[in-house]
Amino acid sequence: AAPLSAKKSGYTVSEKPTPHDDVTAYNNFYEFGTSKSDPMSYSGDFKPRPWAIKVDGMVANPRTFDIDQIMQEYPAEERVYRMRCVEGWSMVIPWQGFPLSALLDKVEPLGSAKYVIFETVVRPEQMPGQNGLFQPLPWPYIEGLRLDEARNPLTILAVGLYGETLPNQNGAPIRLVVPWKYGFKGCKSIVRISLTDTQPKNTWNIVAPSEYGFFANVNPEVDHPRWSQATERRIGTGGFFSSDRRPTLMFNGYAEDVASLYAGMDLRKNF
Amino acid sequence: MAVMFTGTRHWKGASVWLLYIIGLTPGVWYFYLGATDSLGANPVKAFEQLLGLWTVRFLILTLAVSPARELFGLNFIRYRRALGLLCFYYALVHLSVYVVFDQPPILSVILADILKRPFIMLGMAAFLLLVPLAATSNAFSIRRLGKNWLRLHRLIYAATVCGGIHFALSTKVLSGEQYFYLALIVLMLGYRLLRPILKRRRRASNSAQRYQSRTNSALGN
Repeated sequence: AAPLSAKKSGYTVSEKPTPHDDVTAYNNFYEFGTSKSDPMSYSGDFKPRPWAIKVDGMVANPRTFDIDQIMQEYPAEERVYRMRCVEGWSMVIPWQGFPLSALLDKVEPLGSAKYVIFETVVRPEQMPGQNGLFQPLPWPYIEGLRLDEARNPLTILAVGLYGETLPNQNGAPIRLVVPWKYGFKGCKSIVRISLTDTQPKNTWNIVAPSEYGFFANVNPEVDHPRWSQATERRIGTGGFFSSDRRPTLMFNGYAEDVASLYAGMDLRKNF
Repeated sequence: MAVMFTGTRHWKGASVWLLYIIGLTPGVWYFYLGATDSLGANPVKAFEQLLGLWTVRFLILTLAVSPARELFGLNFIRYRRALGLLCFYYALVHLSVYVVFDQPPILSVILADILKRPFIMLGMAAFLLLVPLAATSNAFSIRRLGKNWLRLHRLIYAATVCGGIHFALSTKVLSGEQYFYLALIVLMLGYRLLRPILKRRRRASNSAQRYQSRTNSALGN
């Protein structure tokens, strides 16, 4: 990871950031394996450069971006966000990135576009989880957002964390961060962003529709069928006796910014 | 290995204690790592999962004692009680960690979690089924219960089914490691289902052989 300068932004939570070594060692990135330590252990051969991102679909101006060009065109700002995993743990991560809306403006979505699809790279030769007998998910990994969610100022494309370009295990070279949704919405190592008029099927929703919805908004009142979402464990707070379990906040504490997006919707049905 | 079976009586008793010591070592070691914050970023979860995994391992070893003897003539029956109890101890600590460290320290929250979630209920059921087995794993109970002891200890199969499903539901998707242990569990339970058929067939072929040799000798071959 190379150093990355970023200007401060107003989007900074006051909680203490999770230690760098935990943010980069405790990951879900099934392309490298299903264990939390697999992404760090097995992403050494992954090549995040050169990298191209295709932006297409219902846009007036489809484009293929080069990662270095993107980083020049959209200077990074620092966003310190809470990150809540659907599994019941959470972190506070200093990301460097830029609003997704800036990139969407560039390609000019058509009036008919309602959703944005994100797609992770498929490289079995560099991603051991995409190889062999037990492949946990169908590839490529797909995620989606409603266009208004994608345009929300909180939604960013991150290119770095802790002042350095993204480590491979965190989704190098570019990933989605949507802080009021469960972590699995944050599509990593993105190669394609596509606009469409129909709600896409996201990977976890395909695999287990009763457990993972399209919206996946952090919601302490809507439990996962197999575990409660009322509380979460903050990662990196020490051993057994200093473990920090705290109440989960509605929309992960970002209700003020995003609750209006879901006005009138039944969040139990649209989980 | 051969030495183990031809050793003195003294050694045989000591080897059981050795098994307890070896068997409990991973749990003690992981506890030490977790208490000193050396068990990764999420030590409680890691400890809980490792204890669960060792419960599964000792459960499978306990269930493997009979087939090992009946199919391969390997007699580990002397170690079965220790293996079963190790399985129970790991289950007990696994459950304790869930209650003490993994949940908010509010009993009503824990109870709600148990009652609402089949995943937790199955784990709890597996543990409760192991309790009477552990409680009657002494010579006194075996004498006292007689034939009923064997009947009671068939609960291990119910515990295995509940525990196996609980284990399979514990992650978002099954990993290769989980497939491996689940396959072994299915194998152990499958053997019990097939055992009556295998026995009948063996008896049939034995008597056929006896008949054959008798006819042969009668014919003067």
